[in-house]
Amino acid sequence: MDTNAMLDMDAFNDAQAAKRARMRMISATIRYVLLFVVGILMLYPLIWLVGASFKTNSEIFSGAGFIPREPTLDGYIKGWETSTPYTFGRFFWNSFLIILPKTIGTAISCTMAAYAFARFDFPLKKILFTTVIATLLLPNVVTRIPQYLLFRDLGWLDSFLPLWVPSALAGDAFFVFMLVQFLRSLPSDMEEAARVDGANSLQTLIYIVVPMLAPALISVCLFQFMWTMNDFLGPLIYLSSVDKYPVSLALKLSIDTTEAFEWNRILAMSVLTIAPALIIFFAAQRYFIEGISSGGVKG
Amino acid sequence: MARVQLRNIEKVYGGSVKAVHGINLDIEDGEFMVFVGPSGCAKSTTLRMIAGLEDITGGEVIIGGQRVNDLPPGKRSIAMVFQNYALYPHMKVRGNLAFGLKIAGKSKPEIETAINDVARILEIEPLLDRLPKQLSGGQAQRVALGRALIKKPSVFLFDEPLSNLDAKLRASMRVRITDLHRRLKAEGLSSTVIYVTHDQTEAMTMGDRICVMQAGHIMQVATPKELYNHPANLFVAGFIGSPEMNLIDGHLQGGQFVIGNQRLTLGDEVLSRLASQPADGVLGVRPQHLVLDPNGLKARLTNAEFMGHEVYLHADLEGQKIIAVIGTAEYEQLGRADMIGLRPLAEHMHIFDKSDGSNVSLDRHRLAA
Repeated sequence: MDTNAMLDMDAFNDAQAAKRARMRMISATIRYVLLFVVGILMLYPLIWLVGASFKTNSEIFSGAGFIPREPTLDGYIKGWETSTPYTFGRFFWNSFLIILPKTIGTAISCTMAAYAFARFDFPLKKILFTTVIATLLLPNVVTRIPQYLLFRDLGWLDSFLPLWVPSALAGDAFFVFMLVQFLRSLPSDMEEAARVDGANSLQTLIYIVVPMLAPALISVCLFQFMWTMNDFLGPLIYLSSVDKYPVSLALKLSIDTTEAFEWNRILAMSVLTIAPALIIFFAAQRYFIEGISSGGVKG
Repeated sequence: MARVQLRNIEKVYGGSVKAVHGINLDIEDGEFMVFVGPSGCAKSTTLRMIAGLEDITGGEVIIGGQRVNDLPPGKRSIAMVFQNYALYPHMKVRGNLAFGLKIAGKSKPEIETAINDVARILEIEPLLDRLPKQLSGGQAQRVALGRALIKKPSVFLFDEPLSNLDAKLRASMRVRITDLHRRLKAEGLSSTVIYVTHDQTEAMTMGDRICVMQAGHIMQVATPKELYNHPANLFVAGFIGSPEMNLIDGHLQGGQFVIGNQRLTLGDEVLSRLASQPADGVLGVRPQHLVLDPNGLKARLTNAEFMGHEVYLHADLEGQKIIAVIGTAEYEQLGRADMIGLRPLAEHMHIFDKSDGSNVSLDRHRLAA
């Protein structure tokens, strides 16, 4: 009797386990299907963009599929030549000339500003920090006209200076705020140890704080790179000569100058335009996650 | 020479909160001085002011004859070991050791030699190419020690360096640090140590002298033996020693100490020591200095803790809790008694003035001698 009861019990348990495994399987399947479908929905415009850039103009509007029937590089070749005296390479170079000083300047200036706010006491610190945060809340549009007038008086119009100098002087409150928050979460013991070791504030910043700040700094650079690459309004306002256009303006250029839009050229150049941002994002994304500050404070 | 002198050191936070109240202290060259006290007694703040990590609101810090109030930490000829090691997480052990010397502009071969010397002394040679996160707590603490040692400072500052370690490791690190101090002294190197801890075992075992602090005041500065045998006030009496000294409220009356309905005759030895006879007093006697005596103070036994070679007797004396430590054999003779008689040993009795907490039974003649 007992043995039978136990056998029944075992069988029951087995049945329960099998049921649970089946439920898990079904739930996992549903989850993955859902994720896949939503993922495709999100990514489809991008996939279509890449596909369409290899299509002929007539094919682009003939269907929603992304696989080109007669793949052609025509869009890339003609698009690269552009309708201006310059190739698209020139516009990439212009973008690079804006992004490089802007990103490097942002990283350096925001780190110094954030370090000062997070670690030092100085007169009017609270008011100054509040001002920085207040500029975060100010809509960009509000400052456009005064800024334009300022740069005009400085004689900076139609140069790259208005596009990167403000950022290189810690003008982006968001990054300062982000780094201040990150610094506040780091213990200050290592910096104190460095001071006891004889390092001055700048040496402490360079040798101790910056390495610990690396994950946040990489994020800052990445954001600045992508935002600058995509910035359309800034160059539109300050640049007037075509030879200084960055890619974001150049894309618009090809729409302006041709009467019948050569969509495949525009799409092809769009693909090239987003490529650097995508590549850099995927290359650097692990630093987003990785934190290196944990080692020194193990208990 | 690295004598450390504190002259009326004060620390005020935010203009109103006074954390350190005018501390005066001389720490001799080569001395191992321990700051001990409960949390919040400003011992770490005082240490950080000596280090230069905290601004000094008032008074002077003098190291080796030089006023250092306005010098940055790096110029004070000090090295510090932090509670959580504070190793630079992105540098290998080698880099951590070398950092101070690099900043000081030492040459590469010099740095290399120094690293090897320190690594040998602290037995961290196999760890030189590891990152701090790959070290255990004890190893990290040795590296932190090495980082202090390599600078050959005049004064070593320790800020609760062992409190993150487990008990066993703490005991061995304690010996290692005192050994190191002795060795440096023997080699004629300047080796003044200021060591902050809240652990009285560390204080008692390591310090040449101990500075007991409470709420930003120095309560007593003395050798461990002196502190234990002749506490200057109620706070020190209660803080040093384990189990704690029994502090029994009562009052002095005609050569007797009155506790509730019981009277304890103090005897000539004690009376001769008394500087004054406070009406409200506190009788202080260590649990080890209470002996079983049927004619002693009557107390009701409430609990007995068997510790191996001795037994802690918890008893109720006129509504006040007291502890006595007696030998296991004596305890067995006691049988199942409910009331016990306890007699304090006269030469180990302390009388404190309840109004200001001071010990009025310190032997003036002995102190004068």
